[in-house]
Amino acid sequence: MIEVENIHKSFGDNHVLKGISTIFDKGKTNLIIGQSGSGKTVFLKCLLGLFEPDEGSICYNGQYYSDLSLKERRNLRQEMGMVFQGSALFDSMTVEGNVMFPLDMFTNQSQSEKQDRVDFVLKRVNLVDAHKRYPAEISGGMQKRVAIARAIVMNPKYLFCDEPNSGLDPKTAILIDNLIHEITQEYDITTVINTHDMNSVMEIGEKIIFLKNGLKEWEGTNKEIFKTENKAVTDFVYSSELFKKVRQMYIEERN
Amino acid sequence: MKYLEAIGKYFIMIWEVFKKPTKWRIMKTLIFKEIDELIYGAMGIIIFISFFIGGVVTIQTALNLNSPLLPKSLIGFATRQSMILEFAPTFTSIIMAGKVGSYITSSIGTMRVTEQIDALEVMGINSLNYLVFPKIVATMLYPFAVAISMFVGILGGWVAAVFGGFAPSGEFIQGLQMDFDSFHVTYAFIKSVVFAFVIATVPSYHGYYMTGGALEVGKASTTSFVWTSVVIIILNYVLTQLLLG
Repeated sequence: MIEVENIHKSFGDNHVLKGISTIFDKGKTNLIIGQSGSGKTVFLKCLLGLFEPDEGSICYNGQYYSDLSLKERRNLRQEMGMVFQGSALFDSMTVEGNVMFPLDMFTNQSQSEKQDRVDFVLKRVNLVDAHKRYPAEISGGMQKRVAIARAIVMNPKYLFCDEPNSGLDPKTAILIDNLIHEITQEYDITTVINTHDMNSVMEIGEKIIFLKNGLKEWEGTNKEIFKTENKAVTDFVYSSELFKKVRQMYIEERN
Repeated sequence: MKYLEAIGKYFIMIWEVFKKPTKWRIMKTLIFKEIDELIYGAMGIIIFISFFIGGVVTIQTALNLNSPLLPKSLIGFATRQSMILEFAPTFTSIIMAGKVGSYITSSIGTMRVTEQIDALEVMGINSLNYLVFPKIVATMLYPFAVAISMFVGILGGWVAAVFGGFAPSGEFIQGLQMDFDSFHVTYAFIKSVVFAFVIATVPSYHGYYMTGGALEVGKASTTSFVWTSVVIIILNYVLTQLLLG
């Protein structure tokens, strides 16, 4: 579980986060949504420890980040997995090398133990015959799966994803969403996803936070987002005609 | 003020490079890889340039020694001094700043643009140690490349002198041995170690702290070459004054 209390973050005169408080539950897929420039990425980077908030606190399973020593912070980082928007796979390494990298860096496992773990996680993300290929030789969807495999290879307690569906076709995007959702429940991870994809919101949003101008405008579940009367949320989520109709049909069905 | 800030940031980066080292088992592999890329991979161009520079120095010296009173051995002497004191350590370093420096900036810059550096940081890895330290260690072998450059440059001079008809082989070799001061070689190696550190770190700084996309990677490579060359030229003057002045 991650508890966020009133965090503020500024860059010079630009006050990006203006006091956000929320709780990300364990074993749930938590989504952060909002327009570009609303502070989503800065918020995610604060959760990752890449940015230190100017005010407020972030608590990981009872441990306040600001109270941790440098060594404890590094250890906490090893409990985090991150899937970047562009996958961020190491170009010079094969798929297998990318997934094995955290094991090489942080464990003293034998080569066969590491190999078994890599085979297991690659199988879990449905990639069985790409071990020896380089990131440039595989598709965007496969790269995302490798990134997920690398993020979960160390059995993280927290999984962060920055727009995991960007640049993917709708079918692959749904597969990636479902994979993240399954992994979250299977390993009881606290997952936080930064997304613009409304399909993800509807499909896997067990908890959704809507940010606007650096403030939390709304929070709820994917069921509640259909019913909300919050204009900022409805304007953002139901901006397309298709989603407006979907919402209308949902409300009529409920009535 | 901007330059002062950049200089401060550069020295903070150097400090960070040596903190929280990566596992030796991993680091060893990275160092060998960088030796292959930065030293072994640059040997071809170093040998090629040194051979012809040696030849050109010999021809120009020979053409300027018109007086029959001056012995032909001076051609060998001038070639040796030019190659050891200046051409091998400094000229080669400028070439390396272009070849190796732009490679370092673009490879680290691309990693920055594609969030690979963020991925390292999120994992709790000191990305500066992981990326820059092996490059610094690898470039510490640069004096070997400079030694080869000295030898090949002098060989190029001998070939130009003998086969170009500027000096007989015996007199050229006599000139090579004339008034030899071994400290000049030490001075050249001291310079090359300092330049090697600059070649590894200044381009790393430009790659690591770059912002933007692919276009900015190209711009950062050019800027890094300019600044690496400027720093080498200034340090060349300072070291010469300190060691030979």
